[in-house]
Amino acid sequence: MDYTYYPGCSLEVSNKAYDISARNVVKALGANLVELEDWNCCGATNYMSVRELRSFAISARNLALAEKQNRDVVTACSACFTTLNKTHSYMEGNAKLRGEVNDALSAVDLKYDCKIKVRHLLDVLVNDIGIENIASKTKVKLEGLRVVPYYGCQLTRPNATFDDAEFPTTMDALFKALGAEVVDYPLKTKCCGGMLMTTAEKVALKLVKNLLDCAVKRQAHCIVTPCPLCHFNLDAYQDNVNKMFGTNFAVPTLFFTQLIGVALGLSGQDIALGQEIVPAGGVLSSYMGGRQ
Amino acid sequence: MAEMQLPAGKLAELSERFLQDVYSIPDGEKIKLCLQCGTCSASCPTSYAMDYTPREIIAAFRAGMLDRVLKSNTVWMCASCYSCTVRCPAGIKLTDVMYELKRLGIEYGLYAKQATAPVLSREFVKMVDKHGRNPELSLLGTFYLKTNPFGLLKMAPLGLKLFKRGRLAFRPSKVKKQYELARITKRLESKEGK
Repeated sequence: MDYTYYPGCSLEVSNKAYDISARNVVKALGANLVELEDWNCCGATNYMSVRELRSFAISARNLALAEKQNRDVVTACSACFTTLNKTHSYMEGNAKLRGEVNDALSAVDLKYDCKIKVRHLLDVLVNDIGIENIASKTKVKLEGLRVVPYYGCQLTRPNATFDDAEFPTTMDALFKALGAEVVDYPLKTKCCGGMLMTTAEKVALKLVKNLLDCAVKRQAHCIVTPCPLCHFNLDAYQDNVNKMFGTNFAVPTLFFTQLIGVALGLSGQDIALGQEIVPAGGVLSSYMGGRQ
Repeated sequence: MAEMQLPAGKLAELSERFLQDVYSIPDGEKIKLCLQCGTCSASCPTSYAMDYTPREIIAAFRAGMLDRVLKSNTVWMCASCYSCTVRCPAGIKLTDVMYELKRLGIEYGLYAKQATAPVLSREFVKMVDKHGRNPELSLLGTFYLKTNPFGLLKMAPLGLKLFKRGRLAFRPSKVKKQYELARITKRLESKEGK
């Protein structure tokens, strides 16, 4: 099955590992991500902080382009997912907004009729491809690997489309089916600070410290996440957390697609292993059999 | 906080504008139903660092103190995690209210001097308008130069690690049909200003 794929700015460069592993995992599972031609930035939290209507309009350009393909649009970035889906649901439920945005889109002969769905890749993997199906295709059981399923905020909030807003369980079920020991993690939807890491670093570092602390206390070997922003804050800023709090965390953080890739027997290159700052090769070595 | 307050006329205009803008958000009128229970503040991961908690924002607005809220650090501490929104028993989309306050603060120039998030947001909009995508590296570079040049030095070790891993792009990726975005946003200028 083909899906229209919206990578988003973050997956293009700084979080390429997510893009690479997502495409290869989906391919290995017999589906196909077809990149949306000439997509633009979804607007993220920042555009919305300056201009509301314009933010919806530039976000909707992507939706209008995707609707022409007549397929659901799938993104792996939780922040893009929330922004695109918020645009979709507000336009769907509010005729005035729909009219205003479509009036703006008509300047370039585009129109969005809200006929497609915005979906997160986790939703597609779990609900279309199916957990049992994925498990049946695995080459390596993730036995003994203690995994923290960290969902973050944007995946299920404000609109919980496929999992619970506060207590999601799809990744828990997925990695359990792949043989991992899924850690019961009470902070699974607590915020990592998002963009505050740039504008209020001390506040965000404290949130990340809480997340890492809880993971370590529960003897996690690694954290998996479906969000590039969560990944960046947990992984790239772990050193700063250690400096600020005098801790010595070294918790590998993986994109959930990378760990699925390990179970599917993909190579380290296929899942872009090694791009993370806190090395994950060590905890994965016994599952990769030299495929790093 | 003993900072200067807006003249009464200007404050009334600001408050009215805030209400009308919030009402235009889907479900925006629910703000009238706030019962001051504090679920939002208790759910907020960053309320501990805010001058006014999310609950207090609505209380302050009702007390005619919206300008003080805007000049505090509160709205720029909102990480947009939507915990308050999904938990509010009155169905108030408080994250959307926060966005509205961010926009008003930027428009009226009412925000805490030390708040750097408005700078990031404005630069972000400029760059997305120009490239159609977020050129992460130049955005962060510009942001640090404008707010805290020393921050660039502090970021250098991480930057180097990212560079070694091929995670920095020195030439920003661009949308091919940038003119489409320009036309779309131009069409909205009359409604939203520049």
